[in-house]
Amino acid sequence: MDPVTRIQGVALPLNRADVDTDQIIPAKYLKLVERTGFGRFLFDSWRKDESFVLNDPRYAGAQVLISGPNFGCGSSREHAPWALQDYGFRAVIAPSFADIFRNNCAKIGLLLVPLPQDEVDILLKRAEANPNTQVIVDLESQSVSVAGESWSLNFDVDPFVKHCLLNGLDDISLTLQHEADISAFEAQRPDFLPRTKVTA
Amino acid sequence: MSDPKTLSEKIWDAHVVHSEAGQPDLLYVDLHLVHEVTSAQAFEALRMAGRKVRRPDLTIATADHNVPTADRDKPWPDPLSIQQVDVLDANVGQFDLTYFGVNDVRQGIVHVIGPEQGLTQPGLTIVCGDSHTATHGALGALAIGIGTSEVEHVLATQTLPQARPKTMAVEVNGELAQGVVAKDVILSIIRTIGVSGGIGHVIEYRGDTIRSLSMEGRMTVCNMSIEGGARAGLVAPDDKTFAYLEGRPFAPKGQDWERALDYWRSLPTDDAAKFDKTVSLRAEDIEPSVTWGTTPAQSVNVTGHVPDPDSFADPGARELGWRSLRYMDLQPNTAIEDISLDRVFIGSCTNSRIEDLRSAASVVRGYKVSPKVSAMVVPGSGLVKAQAEAEGLDQIFLEAGFEWRDAGCSMCLGMNPDFLLAGERCASTSNRNFEGRQGPGGRTHLVSPQMAAAAAINGHFVDIRGWRRN
Ligand code: SF4
Repeated sequence: MDPVTRIQGVALPLNRADVDTDQIIPAKYLKLVERTGFGRFLFDSWRKDESFVLNDPRYAGAQVLISGPNFGCGSSREHAPWALQDYGFRAVIAPSFADIFRNNCAKIGLLLVPLPQDEVDILLKRAEANPNTQVIVDLESQSVSVAGESWSLNFDVDPFVKHCLLNGLDDISLTLQHEADISAFEAQRPDFLPRTKVTA
Repeated sequence: MSDPKTLSEKIWDAHVVHSEAGQPDLLYVDLHLVHEVTSAQAFEALRMAGRKVRRPDLTIATADHNVPTADRDKPWPDPLSIQQVDVLDANVGQFDLTYFGVNDVRQGIVHVIGPEQGLTQPGLTIVCGDSHTATHGALGALAIGIGTSEVEHVLATQTLPQARPKTMAVEVNGELAQGVVAKDVILSIIRTIGVSGGIGHVIEYRGDTIRSLSMEGRMTVCNMSIEGGARAGLVAPDDKTFAYLEGRPFAPKGQDWERALDYWRSLPTDDAAKFDKTVSLRAEDIEPSVTWGTTPAQSVNVTGHVPDPDSFADPGARELGWRSLRYMDLQPNTAIEDISLDRVFIGSCTNSRIEDLRSAASVVRGYKVSPKVSAMVVPGSGLVKAQAEAEGLDQIFLEAGFEWRDAGCSMCLGMNPDFLLAGERCASTSNRNFEGRQGPGGRTHLVSPQMAAAAAINGHFVDIRGWRRN
């Protein structure tokens, strides 16, 4: 995973609550066995509507997505964050995120920025009013600002997630540093626990 | 005496491999369920990193999401589906995993086969790359849905770093009226807590109504925990749980059974334990429910009407309400019983177990499906299908004009050959009524199996409480 530090770019306003992962990428596109190439199917159904904001050329190349509460609810499909990232988004700002989606994003380096609804509303209005607005998300200082302006908004991020994102850490390697703990745990597991393999 | 704990806290604490301030706990995973759609990229990453599956003996795979449910022996219509299942076949071969492939009678929806095989047991930590993993919580397991990177993590390490969730009690007490079933209970719960009410929490379903549900009913309730935003959902194990498990292929035997029982009996929440949040419902207030919108929280009683979003106080809910009604092509104040249907789907990990099929069949017996409706029944596993056929349920459905299919996720998700056409309206026993969930432009109303069966016969929704069984 590439380190995530500071993101600056056009912000796409998607003012909807409960955007679920079936909307982010419909199931019919989950048949691919690769991790890349899902960006072209992002918001596939909504994109068929010409007035949908993703079709607005003024937001081309957007790196930040701003949306409503409970973003990423529904299916656990990691194809949803893959599609967002493949399309070019590097951060999503919303009042709240679904749990599995949040974990999935942390693993792939898509930065989630939770802000109170009134602050999200300010950013949505700015992005809607002026598509050239350059939104800056800085992970180190946990702040969101607009280029050329002096105010900033602070957001929460899990300290461990922050550490991993800033350093681009692979969490399997981190876990394997606890190999001794894992083996010790395995040694004391009771043997009445189920096995998927029937041993003679 | 140690601190009083809830059921989920006991399971959590018993599985912490490593814990450090400022970091998520590293949890040991007792059982990992794998399916074709969320695993290919995980196996590939494992190969690239030169890693192995740490515990093939705690891992089991099946193909369910992307498989046809008819004419499986003929060439499948979509080469990409063939490829995805072939990739799983190759991966289980290479990594030496236990596998219920499409030609195995034990194949089925991953959340149906775990309990059916007796692999799902109280006190276990269970993960699966699927958001409805909470289903397994019905047996008192802590079962968490994960994404593909996490699948890779579990394959490689048999552990999962997870932030400790908060606890939430959902209490349901009282007696359910005739015709009101587990599906109505969970739809009412989600209507009460909202689609994000459970974020960050594990829900324990409690109260005498929950205790009175069968194991299948508890699975239906736990299954939809994610639709309330919860990390997981579970029910304390009791004698019903133990009776369900005893004798199943992977359940403990002999002395192991006795030792397991001792452990299982120690699991229920201590009397003095506290939950971070508690919500209570009365069973008497629950009626047969039908969703009218595009989130599972948007439901009303079958005798009710499509609401008028202008009457909602919250501006966000109003806007979402109108969006949903436009998508669903419904007018405010339409009587639910006046909504006519094109399709009926009885199946999915929410409602495709033998009890679900029995109850739907008891409604259908001696009736015919409305000529306006095309209806299908998709058993949750090959074994459910075989059991239903042994009981003659397939004949009841077939004589009424239902299609009788092979096991799989089928029309729950619009991925395999079973899906709604744009504009089609469906009564479905599945768990998600999101826009396009059952196919682009398709319109989904979530209901119980009995309600779906009665709707198939009438061509519109009817209150099952007045149904005359033949
Ligand atoms: S039946 Fe539906 S909800 Fe259940 S696992 Fe399959 S696709 Fe997911």
